[in-house]
Amino acid sequence: MNPTRKRRLTVVLLVVVAAVAAVGLAVFALQQNMNYLFTPSQVQGGQATQYKSFRLGGMVKAGSVQRASDSLKVSFIVVDADGAMPVEYNGILPDLFRDNQSVIATGSMDGARFVASEVLAKHDETYMPKELKDAMAKAHKNKAIVDEKAETETGK
Amino acid sequence: MSRLLPFFAFVGLVALFGFGIWWNTKHDLREVPSPLIGRAAPEFRLPVLGDPGRTVSKADLLGKPYLLNVFGSWCFACGEEHPVLMAEGKALGVMLVGYNYKDEPAAAKGWLAEHGNPYDLVIADVEGRTAIDFGVYGAPETFLVDGKGVIRYKRIGPLTPDVIEHELKPALAKIAREAP
Amino acid sequence: MIPELGQLALILAMLLALVQGVVPIVGAWRGNNAMMSLARPVAAGQFVFVALAMGILIHAFLTFDFSVGYVAANSNLALPWYYRITAVWGAHEGSMLLWVFILNVWTVALAMFSRQLPEAFAARVLGVMGFIALGFLAFIVFTSNPFLRELPMQPDGADLNPVLQDPGMTFHPPVLYMGYVGFSVAFAFSIAALLGGELEQAWVRWARPWTNVAWAFLSGGIVAGSWWAYAELGWGGWWFWDPVENASFMPWLVGAALVHAQAITEKRGSLRSWTILLSLFAFSLSLLGTFLVRSGVLTSVHAFASDPRRGLYILGFLVVVIGGSLLLYAVRAPKVAGGRAFAIVSRETAILIGNLLLTTAAAMVLLGTLFPLLGDALNLGKVSVGPPYFGFLFNLLMLPVVLLLPFGPYLRWGKGDTGVLKPIALRAGLAAIVCAVVAAFFVDNRLKAIAGVAGAVWVCVGTLLYVIKRWREMPRGRRFPAEMAGMLLAHFGVGIFVAGVMLSESLSVERDVRMEPGKIVQLGSYDFRFDGVRETSGPNWRGDEGVVTIMRDGATVATMHPQKRTYTRGQVQTESAIDAGIFRDIYVALGEPMEAGNHEGAWALRLYQKPFIRWIWLGGLFMMLGGFVAAGERRFRVQKARSEAGTTIAEPAA
Repeated sequence: MNPTRKRRLTVVLLVVVAAVAAVGLAVFALQQNMNYLFTPSQVQGGQATQYKSFRLGGMVKAGSVQRASDSLKVSFIVVDADGAMPVEYNGILPDLFRDNQSVIATGSMDGARFVASEVLAKHDETYMPKELKDAMAKAHKNKAIVDEKAETETGK
Repeated sequence: MSRLLPFFAFVGLVALFGFGIWWNTKHDLREVPSPLIGRAAPEFRLPVLGDPGRTVSKADLLGKPYLLNVFGSWCFACGEEHPVLMAEGKALGVMLVGYNYKDEPAAAKGWLAEHGNPYDLVIADVEGRTAIDFGVYGAPETFLVDGKGVIRYKRIGPLTPDVIEHELKPALAKIAREAP
Repeated sequence: MIPELGQLALILAMLLALVQGVVPIVGAWRGNNAMMSLARPVAAGQFVFVALAMGILIHAFLTFDFSVGYVAANSNLALPWYYRITAVWGAHEGSMLLWVFILNVWTVALAMFSRQLPEAFAARVLGVMGFIALGFLAFIVFTSNPFLRELPMQPDGADLNPVLQDPGMTFHPPVLYMGYVGFSVAFAFSIAALLGGELEQAWVRWARPWTNVAWAFLSGGIVAGSWWAYAELGWGGWWFWDPVENASFMPWLVGAALVHAQAITEKRGSLRSWTILLSLFAFSLSLLGTFLVRSGVLTSVHAFASDPRRGLYILGFLVVVIGGSLLLYAVRAPKVAGGRAFAIVSRETAILIGNLLLTTAAAMVLLGTLFPLLGDALNLGKVSVGPPYFGFLFNLLMLPVVLLLPFGPYLRWGKGDTGVLKPIALRAGLAAIVCAVVAAFFVDNRLKAIAGVAGAVWVCVGTLLYVIKRWREMPRGRRFPAEMAGMLLAHFGVGIFVAGVMLSESLSVERDVRMEPGKIVQLGSYDFRFDGVRETSGPNWRGDEGVVTIMRDGATVATMHPQKRTYTRGQVQTESAIDAGIFRDIYVALGEPMEAGNHEGAWALRLYQKPFIRWIWLGGLFMMLGGFVAAGERRFRVQKARSEAGTTIAEPAA
């Protein structure tokens, strides 16, 4: 085999080996870091037992949020159509967290409850929460007053 | 022929993205489904907007399906949804109940007068307490309640022609098939 | 009336882009001078109309024109004027207009600085730019019109998303887009070369300054985005491997590979196909990023509101542009290996290894980003990929790059001499080990921090040794040509970046605590005293401002004012307080009152001490500076005489 061919072959071989190594590493890393998402009813149905850590998704049940008096421990219940799961979390909850909000908690089961290491609340661009009412109502009221004035003035 | 490899890899990617777009039209964009579907709507008794002497309760509305549309004069996205309701509301063939949420009656009436009233009936929840029972977080939201008072569908965010076509109408059709 | 003029301007721009995209290329094919010479004036015309549209949109924001739906959705009466300008690109439609505007900026620059290029080549380059602009303008006109009226007019707008109301957001998108969009120039050069049969060998040299500048802007844009996320999102992180972040990082990785591959092809004439392919990949990844964040196929905190119709349109555009370019490549790329050969030990090999590692990293990021979509397609369930996937693989792939980096400049083109490398390895290695040992005492034997110190010293000392060598061996005026100075600056930046990342990640301390007013908590080397909360407000928000005093050994180091704001839109926003320093940041964020409604009582607070975190962005800025400096290389400026004679491969510089 002439030297050029030999060199080409070496290069190709190296590339193949490197590619296999890269793919193997990627698959390994993916498997280690894949997080599945389950709803409370799915967890209660046993679908999450084989996963040590997973994500729990659902809505925060209104009125279920309870905070400890002396620490940052907070507990709440996450519900979906057919199930409910008590969740415990130690730390500061995200700004968007509130009753009836969609949340995704990452963590693992401890007996019958879910201990979360991270809690994320969802945010929808087109959606308007109640707090806005005050500011907007004020702006609208001002406009209404102005309109009334205009109407009486022009006798419309 | 290894020259064509990048091209074929890209074709695979396009197939994946095309699938992704198609999948999104069929499934709820939010990762987490609503827990209220299939549950009975909460009991309520609310006054009619502008006529507080008259009240409407859940029992009054039993027997036929209806759409409950949560709105407010303060709500910007409701303004975006409103033309859709005006255009397509009547054609849906089901009663449209406006749920005026945390609003001032005068402001709400003014808003409806200005933009048009697509509703067959408007009830007012000024304090927002009944809304909590419904799991309302904000506006706009729309509930489809069947003749037995069970919530069959919930839309968080404005109704769009697309949503009406692909989500609401099938839900309505399903109810129609069940009715004796 | 005026917003309608804006719509008209966009339609006219689109028609001009159509002309620009088709006529010059046909002209170059046919050898028709009249058609080719149309390119520059048409490009100028398109720029005028796009700039006009941009100006009209800015004007609409500044004058509170809420009859325009986009303005009403993204600003309100209380929004300060500087954020009203930012709001122009705060949502989908406006950001698309910004994309096209910046594309036009690059096109005009090309039109101005390409007069020395052969006519046919320049016509093709401008034609490709026009074709890309056509795609985006059509997208805007047909699906994403920012000038649509929303009647009846709302009395007040919704507001710009509070997260975007920050100085970082003012310049992060424009700078980022200058980079993203700037790769279209390298792309256009490659397409022109493929179309023209690559008769002009010097085209890579012409492409280099444009590519370096685009990559430099992208580096700056990513740094700005990372710094903004750190300052604004409230939770101390600077990179989350979020799909939108990845969408900007992948072109950066491939772009870094590209600027190096272009060096080889320009100086030695080899690896032409690889360089062309990389430039196609870089811009394709830019377009891909645009698709990912707007089509709804991926969920992300950054993603714009999704719309399947828009997603399909962009997908179609991707098929035409990327698919078309890759087909063109398959058919027309040089089949015969050209240029000068190189040995196993050579600068070319070192760069090639770096290239392969960088592109593999980009591929790995792409896989991780798309995996949730794959999960849906293969019915694996709702799966997400955790950040450690990215971190683990990225560190692994970059380790050989860091180790090789100091050797690059010492290896000669064609055939390097390993003998030269040994003393460098010894000196830099010794410095690294000594510093690592010293560091070990300060960092409590934390392995990651020690590795970071070792890596950073290895790279920085290795780079400095080369600086000294050049200083000693070359006469004044020839020591550091721009290209070399840029390379040294950027490589030095890598070292600083490595130090910043490894040290801050391993040495950061963080605590979530519950504090009553007056309570003192110790964290790291500081004492934090919470002095209660008072009410405060701004132009479009109201909130609570906490007072936290930082002390060390009894003396007050800083007083910090973290805030919790509620904006007119109703959104709650955490404004963290940061005490910045070259060697550490102190970071305090307000959580929530421990008793709902009682703002005078105890609050939850998050406290951080983050050593060396600014070095991360400092390293990035060095890389950006290096890119800009290298682009100034005199050799890259085209001489008309040379190109007329038919160029030869430039003499290899040192």
